Amino acid sequence: MTPYSRGLRGLTTATAATLAAGLALVFFYAPLDADQGFIQKIFYVHVPLAIVSLCGFVLGGLFAAGHLRTRDPKWDMRSYVAIHMSLIFAVGGLITGSIWARASWGHWWEWSDPTLVSYLIVFLLFATYQPLRFSIEDPERQARYASVFAVVGAAFVPMNFIAVRLSQGFVHPRVLTLSGGRLPGAMQLTFAVSLIAIALLFTTLWKYELTAKSTRMQVRRLRRVALGDDAVRPLGRSAAPS
Amino acid sequence: MRTALIVLRKDILLELRTFETLPAMILFAVSTFVVFHFALNRSSIGGQLAAGVLTATVLFAGLLGVNRLFVADREQGGFDAFMLAPVDRSALLLAKASALFIFLAVLEVVALPAFALLLLGPSLGPALGGLIVLLALADVAVAVIGTLVSAIAVHTRARDLIAPIIALPLLIPALIATAEGAGPLLSAHAHRFPEGRWLAILALYDLVFALLAHAVFDFLLED
Amino acid sequence: MTVWATAPALPLHSAGKYVAAAYIVFVVLILVYVAIMAIRLRRTEQDLAELQAEVAARGPDPGAEENHDEVASGRLARARPVATPDAERGRA
Repeated sequence: MTPYSRGLRGLTTATAATLAAGLALVFFYAPLDADQGFIQKIFYVHVPLAIVSLCGFVLGGLFAAGHLRTRDPKWDMRSYVAIHMSLIFAVGGLITGSIWARASWGHWWEWSDPTLVSYLIVFLLFATYQPLRFSIEDPERQARYASVFAVVGAAFVPMNFIAVRLSQGFVHPRVLTLSGGRLPGAMQLTFAVSLIAIALLFTTLWKYELTAKSTRMQVRRLRRVALGDDAVRPLGRSAAPS
Repeated sequence: MRTALIVLRKDILLELRTFETLPAMILFAVSTFVVFHFALNRSSIGGQLAAGVLTATVLFAGLLGVNRLFVADREQGGFDAFMLAPVDRSALLLAKASALFIFLAVLEVVALPAFALLLLGPSLGPALGGLIVLLALADVAVAVIGTLVSAIAVHTRARDLIAPIIALPLLIPALIATAEGAGPLLSAHAHRFPEGRWLAILALYDLVFALLAHAVFDFLLED
Repeated sequence: MTVWATAPALPLHSAGKYVAAAYIVFVVLILVYVAIMAIRLRRTEQDLAELQAEVAARGPDPGAEENHDEVASGRLARARPVATPDAERGRA
C-alpha cells in the first residue's frame, strides 16, 4: 500500500460518476448552439482537456521545483507523471481543437486563433521532455536536468500565451470564442461538470500511474534484497525515473 | 562580476584564435539568404516577409552558435576547473550569455548588410536605428535561452539535436515580437521605430527568462 | 442520419461525425487505459506472489532482517551491491 493509493477507490468512483454525468449532460441536457449546432459539443471535451493539460504542465513544473529544492526522487517521479499525462491530454486537446477548427472554418488548422496556436507551441516544448530524459544516462543528472527543464517550461506557459495573444492583435477576430459570460446557464453547467470530470480523470490517472510505478519499484527492491542482484531483470529502456 | 569578465575574455580569445564558431554562423546566414532567394523565387522582398526571413535566419544561425557554446568546456575539463574555483557559479551563465550575445551582434553586423544587398527591396537606412534596438533585445533573448539550453544539452548524448528542439519553442514569443516589430521597418514606407508593444514583449521576455535562468543555472552545474 | 442530408452545404455538417467520433474515441481510450492498468496490476501481483514463494522456499533468514527494515523505511534508494545475499546463499 503506497501513499499514492490512499483514497484511490473513492476517487475512481467519483471520476467515473462525474464522467458519466458529464456525458449525459452533453448529449441530453445542453442545448444545441444556434450557429454551430451539434458541432459545438466538441467544446465540452476540447476546452477541459486543454485547461487540464496546461494546469498539468504547470503542476509538473511545481513538482520539479520541489525536486530541485529537496532532491527527493519522489518529487521527480510526480513531476514526470504529471507532464507525461499532460502530454497525452494535450494531444487529445489538439486533435479536438483541430476538429473544432474544421467545423468552424472548414480547414483543419486555424492560425488566427491565438489560444490554439499558443497551445501548440507549449505542446511542442513539452514534447521534448521525454527525448531529453532519454538522452541523459546518469539517473540523478537526468532527474535534475529534467526538473530544470520542467520549471523553465512551466514559466514559459503564461509568457507564451501573452505573446501570441498580443501578436494576433486587432486584425483577426477571435475565431473560437469562449465568452463564459455569454454562455447560457445550461451550457455553463455542462461545461463546469465536464471540466470537473476531466480534472478528476487527470488526478485519478496520475495517482494510478504513480501507484503502479511505485509498487513495481518496491517489488524490484525487495527482489534484489531477498534474492540478490541477479534475480532482478533489467528494466527496459525507459525515460521514467526509478 | 570579475569572474564573468575573465571567463568571457577566455571565450573571446578562444574564438579569435581558432575562428570556429563565428565564420560558420556568418557563412550559414549568407547561404540561407541565397536559399531563401531560390525557395521563395523572389529577387527582392520587403515588409513582413523580409522581417520573417531575417529573423528566421538570425535565429537558426544563432542556434549553430548555441550548439558550440559549452562543448570546449565539456571536452577539456573547463567545467571541473570552474566548479573547483571558489567563485559564484552564475558568473558562468553571465559570461557565456555575453559571449553568445557578442557573437550574435557580430553576426548581425555582417548579415544585415548582406541581407540588404541580396534580398531586401526597400532601403534599410531610415529604419536602421529602430532595427538595431529591436535586434539587440532579440539577441539578449537568444543569448539567455541559448545558454540555458546549451548547458542542458551539453551533458546529454544527442547534444546537437536536443538543443534546437528545446530552444525553438522557447524562443517563439521572442521570435514573434521581433518579426512583427521589424515588419513595418522593412517595408516601402518605412516607419522609423518599432511599435512599443513588441519592444515591451521582448523586454518582459528577456527579464523573466534572465531571472529564471539565474535561478536554475546552479542546478545544472553540479557534478 | 437524415439530418445530415438536409443540412446546408457548409463543411459544418460533415464535421458532425468527427465530433461523435471524438467522444467515442475518448471513452474508448479511457477504457483501454483501465484495461492496461488492470494487466499491470495482475503482473505486479504475480511478481509479488512469485517473490513470496521464492523467499519462503529459501527458509527464514536472520541476516536478512536488517535489509528488510531498510527497504520498508525506504532508505534503499538505488541498487547498491548488498553483501549479505551472497553470504546467505553460501550458507544456504
